[in-house]
Amino acid sequence: MYAFDVERPTSVADAVAALGKEEAQALGGGQTLIPTLKQRLAMPSVLVSLTGIAEIQGVCKDDDGRVCIGGGTKHAVVAKEAAAHYPALAELASHIGDPAVRNRGTIGGSLANNDPSACYPAAALGSGATIVTNTREIAADDYFQGMFTTALDEGEIITEVKFPVPEKAKYMKFEQPASRFALVGVFVAKYADGVRVAVTGASNDGVFRWSEAEAALSKDFSAGALDGLSVPGDGMISDLHGSGDYRAHLVAVMTKRAVAAAH
Amino acid sequence: MAKVTMTVNGKSVSRDVEGRTLLVQFLREKLNLTGTHVGCDTSQCGACVVHVNGEAVKSCTMFAAEAEGAEVTTIEAVENDDGSLSVVQQAFQDHHGLQCGFCTPGMVMTATALLKENPKPSEAEIRDHLEGNICRCTGYHNIVKAIMAASGQDVSSVAAE
Amino acid sequence: MPKDNGIGASTKRREDVRFLTGHGKYTDDINVLHQTYVHFLRSDVAHGKITSIDTAEAAKMPGVVRIFTGADFEGVGGLPCGWQVTDRHGEPMKEPPHPVLAQGKVRHVGEPIAAVVADTLAEARDAAEAIMVEIEDLPAAVDMKAALKDGAPKVHDELSDNLCYDWGFVEENKGAVEEAIKNAAHVTTLELVNNRLVANPMEPRVALGDYNRSDDMSTLYTTSQNPHVIRLLMGAFVLGIPEHKLRVVAPDVGGGFGTKIFHYAEEAFCTFAARQIKRPVKWTSTRSEAFMSDAHGRDHVTKIELALDKDNNFTAIRTETYANMGAYLSTFAPSVPTWLHGTLMAGNYKTPNIYVNVKAVFTNTVPVDAYRGAGRPEATFQLERVIDKAARELGVDPIALRKQNFITEFPYATPVAVEYDTGDYMATMAKLEEIADVKGFAARRAESEKNGKLRGLGINCYIEACGIAPSNLVGQLGARAGLYESATVRVNATGTISVMTGSHSHGQGHETAFPQVVAEMLGIDESMIDIVHGDTANTPMGMGTYGSRSIAVGGSAMVRATEKIINKAKKIAAHLMEASEADIELKDGAFSVAGTDKSVAWGDVTLAAYVPHNYPLEDIEPGLEETAFYDPSNFTYPSGAYCCEVEVDPETGKVTVERFAAADDFGNIINPMIVSGQVHGGIAQGIGQALLENCAYDENGQLLSASYMDYAMPRADDVPFYQVDHSCQTPCTHNPLGVKGCGEAGAIGSPPAVINAVVDALQSGGHKVTHIDMPATPSRVWAAMQG
Repeated sequence: MYAFDVERPTSVADAVAALGKEEAQALGGGQTLIPTLKQRLAMPSVLVSLTGIAEIQGVCKDDDGRVCIGGGTKHAVVAKEAAAHYPALAELASHIGDPAVRNRGTIGGSLANNDPSACYPAAALGSGATIVTNTREIAADDYFQGMFTTALDEGEIITEVKFPVPEKAKYMKFEQPASRFALVGVFVAKYADGVRVAVTGASNDGVFRWSEAEAALSKDFSAGALDGLSVPGDGMISDLHGSGDYRAHLVAVMTKRAVAAAH
Repeated sequence: MAKVTMTVNGKSVSRDVEGRTLLVQFLREKLNLTGTHVGCDTSQCGACVVHVNGEAVKSCTMFAAEAEGAEVTTIEAVENDDGSLSVVQQAFQDHHGLQCGFCTPGMVMTATALLKENPKPSEAEIRDHLEGNICRCTGYHNIVKAIMAASGQDVSSVAAE
Repeated sequence: MPKDNGIGASTKRREDVRFLTGHGKYTDDINVLHQTYVHFLRSDVAHGKITSIDTAEAAKMPGVVRIFTGADFEGVGGLPCGWQVTDRHGEPMKEPPHPVLAQGKVRHVGEPIAAVVADTLAEARDAAEAIMVEIEDLPAAVDMKAALKDGAPKVHDELSDNLCYDWGFVEENKGAVEEAIKNAAHVTTLELVNNRLVANPMEPRVALGDYNRSDDMSTLYTTSQNPHVIRLLMGAFVLGIPEHKLRVVAPDVGGGFGTKIFHYAEEAFCTFAARQIKRPVKWTSTRSEAFMSDAHGRDHVTKIELALDKDNNFTAIRTETYANMGAYLSTFAPSVPTWLHGTLMAGNYKTPNIYVNVKAVFTNTVPVDAYRGAGRPEATFQLERVIDKAARELGVDPIALRKQNFITEFPYATPVAVEYDTGDYMATMAKLEEIADVKGFAARRAESEKNGKLRGLGINCYIEACGIAPSNLVGQLGARAGLYESATVRVNATGTISVMTGSHSHGQGHETAFPQVVAEMLGIDESMIDIVHGDTANTPMGMGTYGSRSIAVGGSAMVRATEKIINKAKKIAAHLMEASEADIELKDGAFSVAGTDKSVAWGDVTLAAYVPHNYPLEDIEPGLEETAFYDPSNFTYPSGAYCCEVEVDPETGKVTVERFAAADDFGNIINPMIVSGQVHGGIAQGIGQALLENCAYDENGQLLSASYMDYAMPRADDVPFYQVDHSCQTPCTHNPLGVKGCGEAGAIGSPPAVINAVVDALQSGGHKVTHIDMPATPSRVWAAMQG
């Protein structure tokens, strides 16, 4: 790692101020950023740790019935505290990384990083969540802008993520055998006004909605409704662990399984 | 350099550290607590697991500065107050749950945290919980068996020694 | 009632207490006053000409003590190769120099170009970034067959081509094998890859060089399976330091699996640099560095043919293998695809004609050397896969075909130059069928099919040659070292014992198992005996731990030394009891005179040896300490039969191992608990090779699987509980303990069982898959199912 300072503000306001410094970078749980820093792939002068900010931690329900999760909430906390409100989301959180990673990694950190194989982007996009920052609210459909790219401005902090709770939902992850990130992960959520299907791990463009599947499932929420539907292998990630065609195939399989298991 | 103060194994300690000093470096290099190991640089092997405020975390993926004010427990303080091995440690010895010993501190810290949360985990739950701890020696057989035994479950039906 | 002391007892491991409480002492836990740290600047290209290295700016950086480049090593020896293979034409293999730091060219990603020594590691790394290196990229030789073609990029310019050797074994058999294949009723042919692996002991390598000016003594602390071998190679061949001025210490070693046998550049560098700068120099590998600097394993491409007569008897085996050496010859690399591979090609079967051809190839990749099993897993995999394929082609039961061709009479001289002393392959197979519940498979398959899964069962046998090795034999085969082992048994005045051994545990539990042997012989409690190992300063010259040799060779040395102790102690006892030495018996830790009630305790005899007041000083010396070196007269031949059951998800291609059973014959067993643990670990590594692990390069020689993000290590949820059994015991006939060794068996015996099971599962689903290369990842299995 290059040399840098670590600051630990205890309020969003102080964090925003600290992030105003030159070459300052936000540090969530650090579970992705710290390995990156070890490889000297980033050169911040100041890391602003967000883990000491109590006001952006916790899980609650708002007046519209949305599950609201503070940006600094750890995966393990979401796995426990969202279970009663939004079981599919809690289940997803309970299978990110490993137990020690879940005790550090945060939802805000994951969404800000937008790793193309991360789980949370699928939940946020698949739920039509709202990403709340220190300055504004961003709809998930506008937030994800390709792998490792989001609508966040420099120094902007995710303070909260609001998830509309579906009638039923399920996340199915097929793990890459080494990293255990999603080789393909599909989040399916059935709302009164339609079904959303978000796919992570597969595409060169990062998380995406599979609109054909959404249309079919909105008419008939059953695995059989997906028969014959497929996503093209072009544009899918192709690497040591699977070709684009394989990933495309898995998207269909995982979507069906998610529908069948949705609850 | 900035001063960081935390409680490690029940003792308050303060040292000057750089921002980039990892918690594991702080433990190994500043406090000479060399029981916590580093086996990878991508946060996967789990040899470095310690407890921070009672939760298992990877000390190679956390800065010492982030542990300011925290209660940290390492493998050196897991044994019982009378110096005897803890239930988990004893089960690892009784069931040959370690060979080279390098991953062992992380395994014990992870297993101890698991049993606190889930006192009678199933075989599948144990295997799932060990996702972030890699062992190259034991094939996991005796680790899983030891954790089941530590939780008071009968392991006599698990394939012979 | 199981024993609780001595041979055959499952004594709990005494070393566990320190490992479980964080008090193990691994090399990285050692720090020396005034220590410096080194960071190696490593090549990021596979092949290139170094046109310039400018260290001027870097040298001015804070904390930098000195920067070394290849130029500092002119006149210093290169890393030696410990085995010279002679090719089919009687010519020695090609043996290009292997520099400590790159000289003129870089030949693989990760090769060290420069080394920055600084007060802190961070400063060393910071300064390394300021070194200006210009490298003119050259095309890389990566694929072995392509590397042998005319016009391929040459890894070593001074060599005529990239062929290290073309080895035939046994060359005289070649004609007879061709004839037998021509006349066969059936020939099964299989082309396969034995995937490149990275050993990945959880403790990364570390080297700490120290130098004491006052006595001109160098000390190297290193993560080694064999400190004496490192002292010999580095002292004599690289740095020119005489043995008495060089101490090599390997404290607790966190796993090795072969990759910590070899003498590495970093060890030589730290020792050399410490002498230059007169300060200790420490290097701790990161995992990322380990992937590109630890010797890799396996990496064979093979074509095997199995000929059978009309009654399905095996008549001939012919193989052609390309074996990757990487860019340089690692310490024992040439021996792995030859003497540790070709000699095992008979397996458990009486096949009269066998010919093995191996072409060893230089490529622009990390050097390849021994990894758990070393050559024997490669032999076993191809043989057991081709037998399985033959059974399917002929429509016969794979178990029956194996049984029909088993060797049943011992000793048995194979056509590939080794003589098996003992074995009972029918017995291990019968035991396997029992513990694996082969009969119940059909019902389990039906259950899986109900759940939409394909289920397969795979069986295989293995034989290995271990207890390495008879020195005179391996000398003829090209070894440049002897492969004996040593032990000094030091009985203290009060009767406690320290055993100094040249073997060195890196997880095998020597501190527990070795005392069991001595305790059994003397009839005393194990707790009275301690093992001293891992330090050339206080152990006799020994060859270390690998090739499942510690108990078979090191244990035998201990037996010999203890026998000497007993002989001398009997003389002392005879004197004390005024009896004839011939009448003295040792039982349960006491000496008695046969036919009388006269007896003297062990402790009285040992005390007399050190307080020789009433002592026959004219006949025997005081003291009670004996050393023995043991050189085996043959290899040992553990064998066994393994069974794997898998489920394949036909929609995703994911394979899960549902059941795994192993029936091994290790001869006599010292500590059954430790033996089972060794098998468990080997099986997991074999499952890892078969389903998960793959060290992959792209066509430019870039390492694609360079961390745990892409190199899939087996985890707890990738494997089931294993059924292991070692009750079939045909003791080794030529070592005093009758032991055969168990360290590598699991890794040798398990990959073919897994792949045989996967093929069985796929065929049960109607897929015309006759082979699938390792690792059988979900994407590969899915692609295979697509046809």
